[in-house]
Amino acid sequence: MLIPCPHCGPRAAEEFEYGGDASAPPTIPTEATPEQAHAALHLRANPRGPHRELWYHAAGCRQWFTARRDTLTHRFLAEAP
Amino acid sequence: MIRRIPFRFDGREYRGHERDTLSSALLANGVRIVGRSFKYHRPRGIFGYGADEPNALFQLGDEPNCRGGLTPLTAGLDARGQNAWPSVGFDLGAVAGLAAPLLPAGFYYKTFMAPRRLWPLYEGLIRRAAGLGRAPRAPDPHRYDTRHAHVEVLVVGGGPAGIAAAMAAAAPGRRVMLVDDGARLGLMAGDPDARIGGQPAADWLAAREAELAAMPDVTLLRRATAYAVSDSGRVDVIQHLDGGGARQCRWVLHAGRIILATGAQERPLVFADNDRPGVMLASAARAYATRHAALPGRRAVIFTGDDGAYGTALALQAAGVEIEAVVDPRPHAGPLAEAARTAGIRCLPGQVVVKALGARGVKGCLARPIEGGAMRRLNADTLLVSGGFTPNLQLFTQAGGRTGFDEGSGAFLPVAGSTAVECVGGCAGAVSLAEALAHSLPPDAMPAVEEAIPAPPSTLSVMPKPRGLRGKRFIDLHNDVTVEDLNLAVREGFGHIEQVKRYTTLGMGTDQGRTSGLIGAGHAAGQMGRALADVGVTRPRPPVSPVTFGALAGGHVGPNMAPSRVTPIQPWHDANGARMAQVGSWRRPQLYPRAHETDQQAIDREVLNTRTAVGIVDVSTLGKFDLRGRDVPELLNRVYVNAWSNLPVGRCRYGVMLREDGMVLDDGTTSRLGENHYVMTVTTGNAERVQAHLDRLLQLAWPELDVRLTPVTEQWAAIGIAGPRAREVLAALAEFDVSDAALPYMALAQGQVVGIPARVFRISFSGERAYEVNVPAQHGQALWEAAMAAGAQHGIMPYGTEAMLTMRAEKGFFMPGFEADGRTTLDDLGLGRMMSRKKGCVGQAALRRPAFAAPDRKQMVGLLTLDAAQPMPRGAQIVADGPSIGHITAGLYSATLERWIALALVEGGRARMGETLTATAPMAGQSVPVRVVDPVFLDPEGERLRG
Amino acid sequence: MDIFDPVTAFSFLNLARNALTGHRNWARMWRSPPPQPAYDVVLVGGGGHGLATAYYLAKLHGIRRAAVLEKSWLGGGNTGRNTTMVRSNYLLRPNAMFYEHSLKLWEGLSGELNYNVMFSQRGCITLAHTQSDLTGLMRRGNAMRLNGIDAELLDREALARRLPALDLSPTARLPVLGGLEQPRAGTARHDAVAWGYARAADAMGVDIIQNCEVTGIRREGGRVTGVETTLGFIAAPKVGLCVAGSSGLLGAMAGLRLPIETHVLQAMVSEPVKPVLDAVVASGALHFYASQSDKGELVMGGDIDGHNSYAQRGSPVPLDHAVESCLALFPAFSRLRQLRSWGGLMDMTMDGSPIIAKTPVEGLYLNGGWCYGGFKATPAGGWCFAHTIARDEPHALNAPFSLDRFATGALIDERGAGATPWLH
Ligand SMILES: Cc1cc2nc3c(=O)[nH]c(=O)nc-3n(C[C@H](O)[C@H](O)[C@H](O)COP(=O)(O)OP(=O)(O)OC[C@H]3O[C@@H](n4cnc5c(N)ncnc54)[C@H](O)[C@@H]3O)c2cc1C
Ligand SMILES: [Zn+2]
Repeated sequence: MLIPCPHCGPRAAEEFEYGGDASAPPTIPTEATPEQAHAALHLRANPRGPHRELWYHAAGCRQWFTARRDTLTHRFLAEAP
Repeated sequence: MIRRIPFRFDGREYRGHERDTLSSALLANGVRIVGRSFKYHRPRGIFGYGADEPNALFQLGDEPNCRGGLTPLTAGLDARGQNAWPSVGFDLGAVAGLAAPLLPAGFYYKTFMAPRRLWPLYEGLIRRAAGLGRAPRAPDPHRYDTRHAHVEVLVVGGGPAGIAAAMAAAAPGRRVMLVDDGARLGLMAGDPDARIGGQPAADWLAAREAELAAMPDVTLLRRATAYAVSDSGRVDVIQHLDGGGARQCRWVLHAGRIILATGAQERPLVFADNDRPGVMLASAARAYATRHAALPGRRAVIFTGDDGAYGTALALQAAGVEIEAVVDPRPHAGPLAEAARTAGIRCLPGQVVVKALGARGVKGCLARPIEGGAMRRLNADTLLVSGGFTPNLQLFTQAGGRTGFDEGSGAFLPVAGSTAVECVGGCAGAVSLAEALAHSLPPDAMPAVEEAIPAPPSTLSVMPKPRGLRGKRFIDLHNDVTVEDLNLAVREGFGHIEQVKRYTTLGMGTDQGRTSGLIGAGHAAGQMGRALADVGVTRPRPPVSPVTFGALAGGHVGPNMAPSRVTPIQPWHDANGARMAQVGSWRRPQLYPRAHETDQQAIDREVLNTRTAVGIVDVSTLGKFDLRGRDVPELLNRVYVNAWSNLPVGRCRYGVMLREDGMVLDDGTTSRLGENHYVMTVTTGNAERVQAHLDRLLQLAWPELDVRLTPVTEQWAAIGIAGPRAREVLAALAEFDVSDAALPYMALAQGQVVGIPARVFRISFSGERAYEVNVPAQHGQALWEAAMAAGAQHGIMPYGTEAMLTMRAEKGFFMPGFEADGRTTLDDLGLGRMMSRKKGCVGQAALRRPAFAAPDRKQMVGLLTLDAAQPMPRGAQIVADGPSIGHITAGLYSATLERWIALALVEGGRARMGETLTATAPMAGQSVPVRVVDPVFLDPEGERLRG
Repeated sequence: MDIFDPVTAFSFLNLARNALTGHRNWARMWRSPPPQPAYDVVLVGGGGHGLATAYYLAKLHGIRRAAVLEKSWLGGGNTGRNTTMVRSNYLLRPNAMFYEHSLKLWEGLSGELNYNVMFSQRGCITLAHTQSDLTGLMRRGNAMRLNGIDAELLDREALARRLPALDLSPTARLPVLGGLEQPRAGTARHDAVAWGYARAADAMGVDIIQNCEVTGIRREGGRVTGVETTLGFIAAPKVGLCVAGSSGLLGAMAGLRLPIETHVLQAMVSEPVKPVLDAVVASGALHFYASQSDKGELVMGGDIDGHNSYAQRGSPVPLDHAVESCLALFPAFSRLRQLRSWGGLMDMTMDGSPIIAKTPVEGLYLNGGWCYGGFKATPAGGWCFAHTIARDEPHALNAPFSLDRFATGALIDERGAGATPWLH
């Protein structure tokens, strides 16, 4: 699988680390209630189809970015407006 | 062609020529039985030409399951038949044939259940009977290469359709690659006199191929098989190489456009005893005869439902084979049949072969009219079959392509547009050369094609078994799956073709049903009373044909299996007897044993020397991050549990980081080098994880923070000098003041050390006065050597990770991976008081979940054996009485304390101080009473640190 | 029908008797009935867990008005795609007790179902490549022993005897220092497990309905009333989900977001060879395991691809890594060939352990989140789930595997990897 890094272009998936559901908050605020923390940690989108997700170009530009990918076809899609 | 090259098969000597494959040479030498079948151990002969071969699988020395048709003949080749003992000619396993009535599909699900204790015995017998060749015992002497390439257009298959596709795609500046395995069986299945552009088809093809090869942007991969298509247009190809270098090259291609010209597979026909040696696919026989001058026999019956095999009859007749008859279920065939008749070949339309005669080799067959009637005997030593063609769509379906049933050809054809991968030629249903070329070439580029256009094929595959005739009808020769097996599966209620496959093992052989899949599905559909179009075929899985493990691993074998990192001081460690150990991706000195020392003695010496004099350790592997910007303290406040706002320039501080879920992630020191400049160290094994964590927070959560993070682990060599005499050693090296006043505990200094720009941190992981000297990596070894020289008079000795781990345990310092095992919190480690109340940090919210306040959480404690000399059992669990309440995370002998100690995680451990528990290792039969104590065994006040 | 009826039962005697009539008189293994309008319990998913649950509901709890609804064909999900490793060598007590219960059920399963599931207790050996690996294995083995589970430590000599093909040279890139064996662990024939449970459940009156996809879960006032399917509405006061990688989709039909992500895990087999590997071999450091099937194929698997996926196929990279790992341990296998590879939908939970539990929706129960390990759990998963559905409360064995443990923090995180399913 080639992953379109917005900074480096398409690169082999082995250069990346996966970051999961991009709609989860990037960090859980200290004030969050236990229920909010639980939801942020554990209740992630798991769609069969387009998925907004995070990738980290660990062996490249070291940037985290969001991509849309169809989990049924593994095709990367243009970011939805 | 004269056959002069000597080779052996099952111990007998034969000869072949340089264009032979093992199969063609065996055929030419009249060898009939080349193997034994998978289940019934029936004698079998050469059947196919390439990867579809079910029978001619050989043991070549140490290598099993080598397909004879894919093995070029070389002098001295020593081949053995498989699945037979003592030999393929006489195989004791053939008694399985006698028991055949007891071995229907899935018989093993119905028996061997009682008595239960005998199952292992039965299983052993089943296992020994199954399997093909013998697995290699010796290491593989070969090398395998891997190459990557990107192309605009990839064409798979070098027959007429593939050549045409490549011609159409080729253009200056456009990278086109053509991958071809050389079989080109399409040419072996039609009109032998076909002409393209006025030339014989094969010559036209060769000329076009040469033209393509001469084009600068076209690459031809010969003897190469594309075996998998995956996401983003990736195609994996295995290329077989000759000569002295690598044996195979695996190509990882990424293509903008993928065009499949993979042709079609000839299907067998099914009748009683259709597996006898001498029964062969017609196109294979023709290829052996015309390309290798290897005749399949002297006298052949050809049984076909397709016009192409009439061409084969003509070609074989021309090569010197007598044609007894061509049997064809169709009442009428096309012009090639006419040509055959004209050439004096007896044609029997409307007839079918119902049984092959001869046990150890074909002696003839019985044929009769399709609608029934008297049987006639035809005499022949060879029975060639052609049951129509199945498009090779394995790559197409791998790419997600859908197929639709085509009534005319009785096969599934690609549905155009169902995937981006395109199909041309035979795999797209073309039945003539003209059609195959026209799939790619525009009308103005089409050459003139002269060929016999075939009549529609018969779709009959399974012949009836006339009353009173015996003999198994094999649908899948690879796994000995018969018509009766399929009938049984359907009768027992397996209503889906994938279930039928699993129950009968149909199509699970080494060709993955390439030859049998469609026939089996058609027959099963009939039994179910449903249409084949509706039942469908099983899905072939990657790879299209089997791929050698060595080629998949490429260079990633032996020491290069995974990269191994070393520090700049590695040459010194190697030269000075260090015992190295792999720690994650790093190689690190474990200890430096001296002659006649046991490991424990070496560790004790290294520890005691550090505690009483001075030790030196290579800590270059520690993760290091350079942090710059106004908001570094804010970042540190947010990621560490403790507060960082007031760290002065020139000072170091210890911190602990949590994961988002509240578990301890890592610990280490961060030091302030300048106003807006810090350096952070993290545990060796956690560097990548912490980097991703910090990058994520900085980029996604807090982009407003002015912090720039740069990983500098490999830029700096780091050397720890520890022990009561550490300062003397450092003083001899440093060109600045290292007195306690100038460089107190948890301070840092920057300056020249033996002429090298250095940073010196006064931090300690051993509990001793210690300095960590960081210098640019290229100076690491020089610094180390200078320190060894300067330290000689103070008794300096290197110490490894074992001594380091011992000293940290004596001090009760937790370690990620040991006590911080991903399930422990800060409080579990006894560090709850570190958590700042003035500010929040990552992970704090998640810790408010109720389970983290439970009193029976595992907490870190120290343990002492009641008898100081009594070793802690290794890997021990802790029990009070009853089930485990904890486990030892580090149990070791402390030379400093002259006793065994341990760190442990114990349920409610801090409330158990002073209790006696049991450390138990039932596997080793050890149980040792231990007392729960504070985890800090040595110098709780930290006096040694401060000096 | 009675699966133990002396005339129709599976036995050598009846095999021989049927041989006389050319095996023409074997009965169907299960009926193929149209769905009834209502059942007491509807189980969604005709994999091992759905079928086993149906069997134990009928057998142990007397609930025979039950149906298993399968959208495609029985056993076509992960049950028919896994590498069939069966073991109970877990460190954490809830896992150990649950999987050991499963292993005990496995030991009697062929007899219980009158269907040879070919459970082969050839032992499972986990290898240690460093001293700390070895200590970790000892810790695990000792925990197992304390939990009443068999475990043996193997030194290098013992490994050389058990695994003659294993590279034991001390200079190997990953030297082998020892191993932990669970002798009672092994493999089983995956399809037979589905078929055996199906046949036995069917014989007790459970309706097994294939080609019937559940498309909605009907609720009234927070209670389940039935399921919408491609064959129409089917009423049931209790609905159990056993859909593995589709758990998230089915949960969403009931308005639930589950702590599960769907990933792809691939596996592969080599061409068959004569017996050469007589145990299941695993290496934690390599994330690799292999065994040899009764057919002679080396069966091996490795890591998930590491991103959400419903594609049932993956990248060549994890399989390449499995092959590299295989050659690191068994260099002589370099000239074996990869024959077939495939992928399945993994229901990965946030702590790597399964969920067998009630849900916030009354009458809706969940069996899922099996990650890599649900095949070996099939008997106990069905057993516990049947108990949970029948009694409307979990058995002590599955009480820890609740859905609310994520909210409370009482996680069962065997790897300690945290809420990153792609790292479990
Ligand atoms: C490659 C691989 C290797 C593995 N190796 C092992 C191993 O060695 N050991 C081990 O213990 N475990 C292993 N596993 C895990 C194991 O296979 C699974 O955890 C287990 O089989 C799950 O069983 P199940 O019955 O829950 O799921 P499945 O067998 O997947 O059954 C779920 C069924 O639900 C059906 N379904 C889904 N949606 C619907 C709907 N809407 N309506 C109706 N039906 C629906 C599906 O079609 C499917 O048949 C492996 C898995 C894979 C993929
Ligand atoms: Zn990038």
